[in-house]
Amino acid sequence: MSIVKSPIFEHGEVVTPRRVTTPMWLRAALYWGYQYKRTWRSSIFTSFLIPVLYLTSMGVALGSLIDKHSHGVAGVSYVSYLAPGLLAATCMQIGANDTMWPVMGAIKWMRTYLAMLAAPLDVYDVLLGHLAWVAARITIVVTIYLSVMAAFGTVHSPWGICALPAAVLVGMAFGVPMAAFSATQDKDTAFITIYRFVVIPLFLFSGTFFPISQLPHLLQYLAYATPLFHGVALCRDLTLGQVHGWVDVGHAAYLAAWVGVGYLLCRRTFAKRLVV
Amino acid sequence: MVEAHGLVKRFGDFVAVDAVDFTITKGESFGFLGPNGAGKTSTMRMISCISPVTEGTLRVLGMDPATEGAQIRARMGLVPQEDSLDLDLTVLDNLMIYGRYFDMPKKVIRQRADQLLDFAQLTERAHDRVDPLSGGMKRRLTIARALISDPDLLILDEPTTGLDPQARHLLWDRLYRLKQQGVTLVITTHYMDEAEQLCDRLVVMDKGRFAAEGSPRQLIDQHATKEVVELRFRPGEHESIALRVADLAERHEVLPDRILLYTDDGDAALAEVTAMGLAPQSTLVRRSTLEDVFLRLTGRTLVD
Repeated sequence: MSIVKSPIFEHGEVVTPRRVTTPMWLRAALYWGYQYKRTWRSSIFTSFLIPVLYLTSMGVALGSLIDKHSHGVAGVSYVSYLAPGLLAATCMQIGANDTMWPVMGAIKWMRTYLAMLAAPLDVYDVLLGHLAWVAARITIVVTIYLSVMAAFGTVHSPWGICALPAAVLVGMAFGVPMAAFSATQDKDTAFITIYRFVVIPLFLFSGTFFPISQLPHLLQYLAYATPLFHGVALCRDLTLGQVHGWVDVGHAAYLAAWVGVGYLLCRRTFAKRLVV
Repeated sequence: MVEAHGLVKRFGDFVAVDAVDFTITKGESFGFLGPNGAGKTSTMRMISCISPVTEGTLRVLGMDPATEGAQIRARMGLVPQEDSLDLDLTVLDNLMIYGRYFDMPKKVIRQRADQLLDFAQLTERAHDRVDPLSGGMKRRLTIARALISDPDLLILDEPTTGLDPQARHLLWDRLYRLKQQGVTLVITTHYMDEAEQLCDRLVVMDKGRFAAEGSPRQLIDQHATKEVVELRFRPGEHESIALRVADLAERHEVLPDRILLYTDDGDAALAEVTAMGLAPQSTLVRRSTLEDVFLRLTGRTLVD
């Protein structure tokens, strides 16, 4: 019984080459897009639900108390003050999350990177492709988040549209350095520690819920050093339309520096781990 | 297809591959046989342009792996030792996404995938997730995936390790068909039966070096006698009895559980053993295999 009816290899059969070849990194990014096809519904739903829940409970409900007693925060209603902070903090969480387990898993568990490396992709294509996908996913989440914010009346200026790239930048300021770290890991225990002792404290103390001037001096300086503080400040300035020129450029530059340094580290840790 | 001169791979102080030379020509099926840790995988990883060459020269498909790795890999299929399938995706999706890495148009991938699923006997599982498939199915899918781009060179690192006998035979049959279709195969294995079945030519590898090189038949002719008599006595008796029966054969070998007598006439040697009044617990006269070659060359068995 012949199972192969036609030969697989018809030598001489020429596949018409594409006129425009897909960049190698984009081929890697497409893989992650493929994976996302399985989960996009729940992912989109969550992205929509989270801001609705937060803005309703903390922004509107808790916010009405705050507004009644102290007439808003920094001159605006509490919900308007809170929303851009939550936006930035959410981006931090996604950026970190999507570059912890997925990166280590692609090395150790699923060996996705190794499969890519056996194809024509090299280690930098693999890296860039994954980071591009993370940026794409954050963009999707931010788009939904900003729409919800607008529905809650918390976007006060056309500058708010610039909060989209700004928020993606916040996500990548965490995601890119985290990817560099994840590529060095063999177990996922460090991720849980980082989540507890870095991500959650930053979420609480980087000006998301209240101005950091409420903090003791020492903690204020600490907050200044973290990328989330700058991300929150930048997003807030943009959605409230209180743009401060060079100050905001400075915030963005600081975030970009984290991305840049993170990328250089990634190139080193990825190559060290995958090219042996 | 592949040409190596003085090829070296070092990890720190450890020398995994110690200055080997080999040439693999188009259409042949070339094997690296050796125990775990012999340097087979390191050699394969260099050929597949995944692992940088430490020293020496290597040309694959006429190109330099250091500078033209992507072009080489575009014409090569790699079946790594450990499967790297996406367990959450379906069988078909695994093929589709892999074809995208080679920038093949979707329609072409789909066509090729159908042929390959048929070839790998996975057509009925095309829309199932990979995770629950058996080891043999996953292995066949990995091979199908490596063939998606119609490669000139197929590299298989221990293709049947860990599979049950039926799954192995099915896989061998598939690989044999590929060979007949003119695909150049490079195979590593620590199973001598696999090497005998699949390889036109092979090298016996031990501690990073080649202990011998040739076709399976040549190696057996050169390094072993026609037949082997295996004698099993009670534990502890082997050493002393070996001294008495040594003269009956060209060469003998004492293993922990048996004595091997190398001779061109096994039955005659066995008759003489019985004539000496020795009563082994069990005896076996068989043809020499690559395992005997390996034992001769390295003093060790292949799988230990």
